[in-house]
Amino acid sequence: MALDRWIALAFIAFCCVYGYAAFFTMDQSLPPILQRNPIWPSTFPKILAVLGIVVGLVVLFTPTPPKTDADAKPKDGAIDLTRLGDYHIVQAAALLALMVAYALTLRPLGFLGSTVGFLVIGALILGERKLHILIPVAVIAAGSIWYLVQEVLGIFLRPLPAMFM
Amino acid sequence: MLEGLMLGLSAAVTPFNLMMVVFGCIIGTLIGMLPGLGPMSIIAIMIPVAIGMGDPTAALILLSGVYYGAIFGGSTSSILLNAPGVAGTVASSFDGYPMARKGQAGKALTIAAIASFAGGTIGAILLMIFAPALSSVALLFHSAEYFALMVVGLSAIAAFAGTGQVAKALMMTLLGLILGTFGEGALSNTPRFTFGMMELQAGFSFITLAMAMFALPEALFLVMNPSRAAQGDSGKIDNMRISRAEARSIAPVIGRQSLQGFFIGVLPGAGATIASFLGYAVERNLATKEEQAEFGHGSIKGLAAPETANNAACTGSFVPLLTLGIPGSGTTAILLGALLALNVTPGPRLMIDEPDVFWAVIISMYIGNLVLLILNLPLIPYIAKILTIPRTYLIPFILFFTLMGSYLGQNNATELLILVGFGVIATILRFADYPLAPLLIGFILGTMLENNFARAMQLYDGFGFIFDRPMTMGLLVLAALLVFLPSFRSYRARKRAEGVADGD
Repeated sequence: MALDRWIALAFIAFCCVYGYAAFFTMDQSLPPILQRNPIWPSTFPKILAVLGIVVGLVVLFTPTPPKTDADAKPKDGAIDLTRLGDYHIVQAAALLALMVAYALTLRPLGFLGSTVGFLVIGALILGERKLHILIPVAVIAAGSIWYLVQEVLGIFLRPLPAMFM
Repeated sequence: MLEGLMLGLSAAVTPFNLMMVVFGCIIGTLIGMLPGLGPMSIIAIMIPVAIGMGDPTAALILLSGVYYGAIFGGSTSSILLNAPGVAGTVASSFDGYPMARKGQAGKALTIAAIASFAGGTIGAILLMIFAPALSSVALLFHSAEYFALMVVGLSAIAAFAGTGQVAKALMMTLLGLILGTFGEGALSNTPRFTFGMMELQAGFSFITLAMAMFALPEALFLVMNPSRAAQGDSGKIDNMRISRAEARSIAPVIGRQSLQGFFIGVLPGAGATIASFLGYAVERNLATKEEQAEFGHGSIKGLAAPETANNAACTGSFVPLLTLGIPGSGTTAILLGALLALNVTPGPRLMIDEPDVFWAVIISMYIGNLVLLILNLPLIPYIAKILTIPRTYLIPFILFFTLMGSYLGQNNATELLILVGFGVIATILRFADYPLAPLLIGFILGTMLENNFARAMQLYDGFGFIFDRPMTMGLLVLAALLVFLPSFRSYRARKRAEGVADGD
């Protein structure tokens, strides 16, 4: 089964869970005064869940159009799933993990520390080795962005680790 | 009207106000270029500055300059990085980014600048003529019609997804609508689908979702497939000229889309996003067969259409704000807040009570568009330098800006985890060839759709509004036709390919 059908199946499952929540769990907690309303907080989700299941089934059971010449040629620059092994999946996954790490360290490490770390490690993952350029660039970028956000835009960003401030 | 124009000229053309226009345009362009920081966030950020000035005319001039600059900056990043920071410029990346990858980034940016200028200027002329008249038309629309109109907009977006893609696009639209229901419910403010998490109380943030749908998958694809970045020399901007033949071919597009975009922009809830998508779809249908094949692969018409339409629609969205006091979009809603803080109440009486504010804004729109054109055309090669940065530096920075954009919107680190989660889902969806723009638009329109639906349901105590109001009925029938006609056509095409005769 092609990936797009697996996604359709997952979407139907999601709609079933969503629909279950809308149909069976939301209305009990509704205050009596709101129950006389023609529209409940669950009305719109109920409609969406039903429509979602219908459309999901349509995608799931629509036969694949027969291959034409236009389809056979890989699209310019498009991602070809059959060549998945050729792609740098590991690098991409490492960057995603780095983004999660950034989210978790932003508060405890402070903006400057975590941002410099993010930019340097991110570039290292991608194969950059000239640390004598990379580190100054990262430090200057993090510093100037912090200054812009904090002083010009007036949004508070904790610059240093929590223990110093 | 002439009297008003003179009044506006005398109010707007002071050294201070002219400086505000230039300043606003520059700030807007620079920040708007960063993926994820759209006009809404920039204007919100600039509001304290504007209110601090105390003069409503100057403040409004500054804010509309920022607005225009941000839209232009947004299209720059759409074209060069395929990372639209604003929903209204998503359609610009369909053809702008392929052009940049073919080494025509300079030409793409020139077309964008000219189309934006024309759309904005023609829009401002239309605003001047139609503002009083259009307010009475918009008044005929009730929540039932708004609801139906948004359904039409969503179906149109799904319908233009292309043959065989309609069901997938619809699925994505529904997913967007479903994501929009997380948080507080319509009219009742009771939390739903929050799983008891405080962070979900306000629902998902639009900026986070936009980053996750566009900027993040694009950056990940750049990582996974390095040759993708190397294809074409999009960083080199040597040929910014457009030939006479090209100018002639986009001129009618600009003309049509200025009108269409403006009128779509006037309708509250529609705005620049729908205008740009509809503009793209309409121009693709109007184009000749061989031009149609070019759409999506770097067609100049496909770039000029959404660029013109979104700028015209931005101007159009000022009509309901200035004449009715109803914001037509998120951005004008923020402007409304700023105006109220400055002790100006937009509405039907604005033109009578404070004509200088009204006309100064219109004049500043002309000036703002002119400034943007003068400022941006010569600066384009420098702006595009962003692409000559090696990818080992560029990718961490793009990722960092997506993180920052969603963090600054909410000031909440949980938002970053949501961003990464949605980014992974979006990348998988892109692998399977699902269109992502419908998801985002469904999400943006979801809340408004549900609110209008709820209001109509309350007024008519049930679904009666569909049958009681012929205009609603007509719009809903149109929406159904938009969805079913392409599916029916692809069904017939499939049957024919299988050798089954159609008919009887």
